[in-house]
Amino acid sequence: MSDIQKSSVFDVEQVRQNFPILGEKIYGKPLVYLDSAATSQKPQGVIDAMSYFLLKENANVHRGVHYLAERATEAYEGSRVKAQLFLNAEYAHEVVFVRGTTEAINLVAQSYGKKHIGEEDEVLITEMEHHSNIVPWQMLCEQTGARLRVVPINDNGELLLDEFERLIGSKTKLVAVTHVSNVLGTINPIRRIVEMAHVQGARVLVDGAQAVPHLKIDVQALGCDFYVFSGHKMYGPTGIGVLYGQSELLDEMPPYQGGGDMILSVNFKKTIYNKPPYKFEAGTPNMAGAVGLGAAIDFLTSLPYEALAAHEKDVLDYGTRMLSAVPGLRLIGTAHAKASVLSFVLDGVHPHDIGTIIDREGVAIRVGHHCAQPLMSRLGLPATARASIGCYNTRQDINALVAALGKVREIFQ
Amino acid sequence: MNNELRNLYQEVVIDHSMRPRNFLKLEDSTCSAEGFNPLCGDHLTLYVKLADGVIEDIAFQGDGCAISKASASLMTTALKGKKQEEVFALFGRVHALLTEGPNGGENLDGVGKLAVLSGIWEFPLRVKCATLAWHTLRNALEGNVRTDFNKTNNGVNNHES
Repeated sequence: MSDIQKSSVFDVEQVRQNFPILGEKIYGKPLVYLDSAATSQKPQGVIDAMSYFLLKENANVHRGVHYLAERATEAYEGSRVKAQLFLNAEYAHEVVFVRGTTEAINLVAQSYGKKHIGEEDEVLITEMEHHSNIVPWQMLCEQTGARLRVVPINDNGELLLDEFERLIGSKTKLVAVTHVSNVLGTINPIRRIVEMAHVQGARVLVDGAQAVPHLKIDVQALGCDFYVFSGHKMYGPTGIGVLYGQSELLDEMPPYQGGGDMILSVNFKKTIYNKPPYKFEAGTPNMAGAVGLGAAIDFLTSLPYEALAAHEKDVLDYGTRMLSAVPGLRLIGTAHAKASVLSFVLDGVHPHDIGTIIDREGVAIRVGHHCAQPLMSRLGLPATARASIGCYNTRQDINALVAALGKVREIFQ
Repeated sequence: MNNELRNLYQEVVIDHSMRPRNFLKLEDSTCSAEGFNPLCGDHLTLYVKLADGVIEDIAFQGDGCAISKASASLMTTALKGKKQEEVFALFGRVHALLTEGPNGGENLDGVGKLAVLSGIWEFPLRVKCATLAWHTLRNALEGNVRTDFNKTNNGVNNHES
């Protein structure tokens, strides 16, 4: 898959060679891609694995008895085992393939939530959640009469654990919290949160969408009940993601959708459901996507983790220093524990205008509310500009961003 | 500086975005409406005072990018004293200017100062920023109180009709 040799040295130029799109020119200028938190770019290994599957192995999984059906099933189930090892889950059947983080959260809300969360019960989320970790719980609360409660943050963008402890109680049935904030970069103390929740008998779902490309994930060490993420933010394709759920929980959860592959037997009186994970994978799945996710896991795990983390931290710290020195610029999100996100506002210039102007310099960032409107309200901002860092970004990318912000000042003096 | 950017952010546009005209709440408005663009968080409230089918006064408040603010500001300065029925025809011409540019073949008579927005056609993702004020005005005049642009990746969507 990846031609990077595992070593303790992180060679960013060699890593960049794996990403063909980084050679593109944008308006005649080299692409400076600082939008990996929206979606990451894809390494050649992922592109090749998906292409190989479609060229050589494609057939429907779990159904056929012919040669290709077997090859396709092996490839698909092989990715499940890769995801299991990636998360350090105890069993492969604890890995359910879904479309992405959003679908995984909806699945838990509608399956686990509808069965276990009723009137008088409470779901606890935080002020820094993405809409996809707010709206499914609001929908559940509307359906069941349960109450949604929200843990506030401080001005640096850190979760107030005292408030968390105050808000959690015997009524709390589920805590849904992001591992890393997509706007602030804050890394939340998941182990502490899980401990506090479990004392109250509450289950914990962790939104790992922004964490998986940057942090080593061990669901058993974290102790969480559910962990969810998307493939496309960790160098894999869109349309594929993972719901990890503890075996006993998945066993007793009702199906989310009905259809093929999720049944053992069907007659018009009664259908017997298949066991997890198949119970939750109705219909022909995203097979090439799962293969691509497997290749993305191969790519990520081929990088020396400590050295990758040190490299990303170096670019983040350098970016923090360089952006702080830009006149009129204010960084949003200054948590002590932080990963790979540089949100900022610039005096007198709306983020949307920043995005348009620096795009013409080849610099791609995200501007807007980042699907976190309640967080924007808390911060008192309509929007921010956000530069986010992936394994392939360098200090030069930060320099290009700062130079492009100079062009913004030329226009908005 | 890139030419398209120069055309987009002309001095008049920057001036109107930083010092928007008619930027206040009209206490004696006869109709008003709110406009939202959830993609970028633009939000404005438009106030119109109509008398005998004529826009006697018009003003707005809100927050948004330079394009949305400048467009709203320029719109208010262009419409004072205009008859209500002239507004829709003018919007049609402005819309053509924003989506097709100055050489789009549309008759631009009467567009006047609004022509400074003609650089936007090179930036299709930003067309909605410029049309928000106009859609909100149409809603105000038609008695709808809220304009919501759906999130799309294309500035020219079904709302741009």
